[in-house]
Amino acid sequence: MGATLRNIGWIITLAAGALFTLILSAMGQDAPFRIQMGLVTAVLALGAIILMRRPDNPVRILAQGEAEGYFDSPIRVGSVLTVFWAIIGMTVGVVIALQLAWPELNFGPYFNFGRLRPLHTSGVIFAFGGTALITTSFYVVQRTSRARLISDGLAWFVFWGYQLFLLLAATGYILGITEGREYAEPEWYTDLWLTIVWVAYLVLFLGTIIKRKEPHIYVANWFYLAFIVTIAMLHVVNNLSVPVSLLGSKSYSVFSGVQDALTQWWYGHNAVGFFLTAGFLGMMYYFMPKQAGRPVYSYRLSIIHFWALIFLYIWAGPHHLHYTALPDWAQTLGMVFSIMLWMPSWGGMINGLMTLRGAWDKMRTDPILRMMVLAVAFYGMSTFEGPVMSIKAVNALSHYTDWTIGHVHSGALGWVGMISFAAVYFLVPRLWARTQIYSLRMINWHFWLATSGIVVYAAVMWVSGITQGLMWREYDEQGFLVYSFAETVAALHPYYIARVFGGALYLAGAIVMAVNIWMTIAGKIRKEKPIATAVTLQPAE
Amino acid sequence: MSNKEIDDLSGTETTGHEWDGIKELNTPLPRWWLWTFYGCIVFALGYVIAYPAIPLISSATPGLLGYSSRATLDAYLDAAKAAQGGLVQQVADTPVAEIASNPDLARFAAAGGRSLFKVYCVQCHGTGATGGPGYPNLNDDDWIWGGTIDQIYTTLTHGVRWEADTDTRFNIMPNFGADGLLEPAQITTAARYVASLSGLEGGENTPEGQQLFAENCAACHGDAGQGLPDMGGPSLVDAIWLYDGSLAGIETQLQKPRHGVMPAWGARLGDTAVKQLAVYVHSLGGGK
Repeated sequence: MGATLRNIGWIITLAAGALFTLILSAMGQDAPFRIQMGLVTAVLALGAIILMRRPDNPVRILAQGEAEGYFDSPIRVGSVLTVFWAIIGMTVGVVIALQLAWPELNFGPYFNFGRLRPLHTSGVIFAFGGTALITTSFYVVQRTSRARLISDGLAWFVFWGYQLFLLLAATGYILGITEGREYAEPEWYTDLWLTIVWVAYLVLFLGTIIKRKEPHIYVANWFYLAFIVTIAMLHVVNNLSVPVSLLGSKSYSVFSGVQDALTQWWYGHNAVGFFLTAGFLGMMYYFMPKQAGRPVYSYRLSIIHFWALIFLYIWAGPHHLHYTALPDWAQTLGMVFSIMLWMPSWGGMINGLMTLRGAWDKMRTDPILRMMVLAVAFYGMSTFEGPVMSIKAVNALSHYTDWTIGHVHSGALGWVGMISFAAVYFLVPRLWARTQIYSLRMINWHFWLATSGIVVYAAVMWVSGITQGLMWREYDEQGFLVYSFAETVAALHPYYIARVFGGALYLAGAIVMAVNIWMTIAGKIRKEKPIATAVTLQPAE
Repeated sequence: MSNKEIDDLSGTETTGHEWDGIKELNTPLPRWWLWTFYGCIVFALGYVIAYPAIPLISSATPGLLGYSSRATLDAYLDAAKAAQGGLVQQVADTPVAEIASNPDLARFAAAGGRSLFKVYCVQCHGTGATGGPGYPNLNDDDWIWGGTIDQIYTTLTHGVRWEADTDTRFNIMPNFGADGLLEPAQITTAARYVASLSGLEGGENTPEGQQLFAENCAACHGDAGQGLPDMGGPSLVDAIWLYDGSLAGIETQLQKPRHGVMPAWGARLGDTAVKQLAVYVHSLGGGK
């Protein structure tokens, strides 16, 4: 009864929203705006129709979580969408890598590198990473608080609202709508929508923590909460802008000049710090001890590294603007805060790796755990590389080169990607009440494909970036530059081809995963030899 | 609420908390971690004392080393200028035709020209200055506007058909076909005659062709088609073609000629840079 009434409320809301965006679409002042509003109208109308046709008491697979009173439906959808977005985002990544190697592959205006590049970055960071974070945070906060999410409706709103944001962002890039701010490209109305969704997310997450039945808040939830709160702040400040028209897609930032640049990189760096680091550390702190079956290595370390990380990260953004119009003092602070950040970052790596103390033997038989270990190892590697690159003398060589691209990919593919894959492998059998994953051997394949992909990618970009940096600064004995920019581009061609290969390996791993997840949900189990050879030494229980 | 216990494998006490089966050990901070963290903080403090760091009301603390990135850049630039030993000034002070008589200066100017060429010229003339359809090859001795260093220097300074420069190199070949100046049959005849001058396939030296050429083409391309650099009329006898070197290509050009443009570099790069470029281009092998 209550459910039916609530659905009626949702149906009316969706229909009213569809009407509103239909009017906006009709009155819009530029074609991309009209197209986007039309798209939202279609999506909202479709949502209303689906809700109207949905039976009152749908037949549901009752996984263990639901029997225990947890709300797992959005988590199920989220696990599938995480895999979906991984494939989309990474495919676009391979496409733009191909475009860099062979520029003939630019098909303008919609499929030029300039439009596809933000589609790739947002596709992997916000679509794949963001969906993984929202999904796992719903799961983790319920289990570690022993409390159901405070509202089913709010959970669905956050979940689908975020997906609508992704749809607006992605289609906007293709249509040429952009604020031109890296990792914050969507225009003002998409930003406003994300703000609403994000506040709802904060209410949902915090509300669930407040009504928890555990006396303490688990460390994973500190990290998830830091991620949610800080992203809200970063998103709102960096996107402060004035629309040209409330019926048009263009807006202008309220900041200008070097202040604008600093705001952008304060945002950009902390998107890495709080989205790609804090959020995924939350993931690591739950799934790694669960998969290893071991206690977290050090409670004290988790407290100290959490607060140190939160405090230090927020100041490190100016290292993106070394040797620019940014005043020297700000560059100094950006550099020293980045260096102080090294150990707080490594605190998370130590806590992850040392949690395996006493369970290292499982690495041989458990490819999911192996993925987690690789993720944490890459986390450690890239959080060491980051402070090194923030040192001004190093940055003078590395800045604007492919070294930066290699750095971000060892973090994104190695850390973010691998920990998310491991979490999905952990979740899916539990969410659909399957006894086991379809194929452990396919996880192993995924592991090796992804690992070789990362190694190829990162190594190639190091060589390419350092080559590029050295060529740019090469002078002859008369004091003239030796290479033109075009010559440096030509010199990088072989590396760009190798990069495509590395990316394709990583994508291939994700496709293997998609099949594995699909078959697991379908309830199948692959006939295969067990992953370890017969003789295993079991630790005394 | 305290369920502290000793973990069997590590022998460490837990904190007594438990969430969904996850416990926590109460392991102390690893010493190496803590000391490295302290070390980074000490380094940061030292760096903050040594370099500009703390913002004040109208400026920032300058740091003990007195470092400034702008001053450092100026120092680098001054050092680079000093290392070039006044040669840039010498190029500026020497007429372009006389640079060649000073071997050191010529070598310096050519090196500078090569560096400039890579940035500003390769887009059209190619990395090896070999040109392409519509863009002259600079390695051969065929010069549309003349191949002496002074002529190259003038072309570089004022550009070709660059309307913003009143002294630009300018000429226009008439639209013989498109504007109906010649009948289609006459175009074919003239094209065959031109093709015959360099022995192209389909070329035919006829009296009619010769007459058409004398009446319509010779004024710019010379009586024998040898080219008139002062008019910018390309040579038609050296088998070097700016566009398509075939009978059909010549007919197309007669029908509706194409006209390339080169920027006036004098206003953009300055006279000293243009001199260096002229010396470099002249040195490529085809300079007269």
